[in-house]
Amino acid sequence: MFRFFAQRSNLSGWALASPLSLVLVFFLICPIIMIVIVSFWGATEFSIYPAFQWDNYEFLFSSSVTYTVFLKTFMYAFITWAITLILGFTVAYYLAFHIKSLTWQIALFLLCTIPFWTSNIIRMISWIPFLGRNGIANETLIQLGLISEPVEWLLFSDFAVILAFVHLYTLFMVVPIFNTMMRIDHSLLEAARDAGANGFQTLVNVIIPLCKPGIMIGSIFVVTLVMGDFITVRFMSGSQSANVGRLISNDVGLLQYPSASATAVVLLLTVLITIGIMLRFVNIRKEL
Amino acid sequence: MSKNTELELVALTKQYGETIAVDNIALKIPQASYTCLLGPSGCGKSSTLRMIAGHEIATKGDIILGGKNITTLAPSDRGTAMMFQNYALFPHLSVLDNVAFSMKIKKIDKVERHKKAKDMLALVDMAQYSERYPEQLSGGQQQRVALARALITRPSILLLDEPLSALDPFLRLKMRVELKRLQRKLGISFVHVTHSQDEAMALADNIVVMHDGKIEQAGSPIDVFNKPATEFIARFMGGHNVISSDGILQAIRADKISITKKEKTAQDGLFSFKSQIEEIEYLGTNVQVSAKHDEFGDVAVNLSDQAFFKNPFEIGDSVFLSWKAEDAQMLPS
Repeated sequence: MFRFFAQRSNLSGWALASPLSLVLVFFLICPIIMIVIVSFWGATEFSIYPAFQWDNYEFLFSSSVTYTVFLKTFMYAFITWAITLILGFTVAYYLAFHIKSLTWQIALFLLCTIPFWTSNIIRMISWIPFLGRNGIANETLIQLGLISEPVEWLLFSDFAVILAFVHLYTLFMVVPIFNTMMRIDHSLLEAARDAGANGFQTLVNVIIPLCKPGIMIGSIFVVTLVMGDFITVRFMSGSQSANVGRLISNDVGLLQYPSASATAVVLLLTVLITIGIMLRFVNIRKEL
Repeated sequence: MSKNTELELVALTKQYGETIAVDNIALKIPQASYTCLLGPSGCGKSSTLRMIAGHEIATKGDIILGGKNITTLAPSDRGTAMMFQNYALFPHLSVLDNVAFSMKIKKIDKVERHKKAKDMLALVDMAQYSERYPEQLSGGQQQRVALARALITRPSILLLDEPLSALDPFLRLKMRVELKRLQRKLGISFVHVTHSQDEAMALADNIVVMHDGKIEQAGSPIDVFNKPATEFIARFMGGHNVISSDGILQAIRADKISITKKEKTAQDGLFSFKSQIEEIEYLGTNVQVSAKHDEFGDVAVNLSDQAFFKNPFEIGDSVFLSWKAEDAQMLPS
């Protein structure tokens, strides 16, 4: 009797889990396997053919372009991560600890999400008239007399790329950090004050350690998003900079699928290793 | 340690916008005493405690500790320490680091602060748990750690905000005894906020009953229980009947009333009233009887089980309630 029920509940468990599993298998696992397979195929200028050879990887690792581009990708990811972390933490801290009423917290939180009501690309492109050579930023600076001629590096530069990344992804940092902060019992802050801690000591000794899981989740979001991006880099650098995403998209544009696949596999492994290293520092399982 | 640690509250007031949480109270807490601030929720007892602790700043009035005005000082500069209602242990720190936290803030060397924290943990019998984290401890153990963390700052007054309310009834009794023992051993004052009369009666040298932001009565448990100053106290402390007749309010302890089937003659200042038994509850060592009188309404009588079973009666019986004049406590009406 018990066994029957045990089996039954087992069965219904599988049944309930299967839709999502099927979706993941067909749309995530299968494509990745496909990419891995194709990465070993061969290609000529006009055709690709099934094979099992390391040519693509050999070429990838022997080319200096690969290393520059990967380095650039890491640089974008690191700088964006650092800036979004500082911004995101500050915003979340303000929302969680300085705004006392829940209504205002919700209102200001929704305000943060307003940029997300439009698409990524539109938000990115809207920077162009602002940052351009004769854009609002340059005009204003000239009128204020701060500069005599337009600044060139505002648009189509690494600065513009990182600016756009920060703009696009700060919210991914704010949300998980805000979430962990809201769970901090306010009596802990009083207990810290009772023990003689000032605001900064409370921040360092109590709030930041308790926010670590949120910081880590936000960091994973930002790092994976930036490392996988190609459109932002293309638009905001005016095609003058490249990251790994652009390398892949160029290969795809030239129908060099095997080479694109090999790069994608290497990128995937790089991102996974990066996340693996990050997870060594914080146990986010407690949070989930 | 013969330094003066008397605490005095002078015309202390706390206002939140329009609402007055604590209304112009005056109170002296002698050194090395156990004081309970007792009252229903919203009576201002917690606000008073938080003002003493420095987590709220008084709107008006002064707080004097050991001859020093501490009204506006930071919590850690007052010589007070607070134990929070839910203990507020830092979940990311081990028991040892929780206790050593205040010394870490003072930048005391790690070896020394861990040594002192261990000594303090030994005092509350928690030395063997020093490497654990708060979530791995039971409620009672968490409370001991919170106690150790508060005591390590060597406060002259320990402030406890509903320290026992998160514990189950059995543990509550056990910790109650330990709190009192610890207070005696350390020779410092404990100020303990509670809404439980039993807790206050059992622990306190002084009970301060608060109601609507004011102190209704302050005194020893015996005084407060036997000589309730107001109707509120008589009702709140329990065990009393508040009887109004001819515009006079009196409080009579439920165990000072006797029940007889025949009317007792009015001799020796004995009063007797005809009533009807409405309810009988057997409680083991005693029996709680509820009787109805035409003028006074419901009257609760607490009889010992011996007294009850010697002369048993039943629901619906007509009986006489009587008490001595000296057992009736006049109340201001």
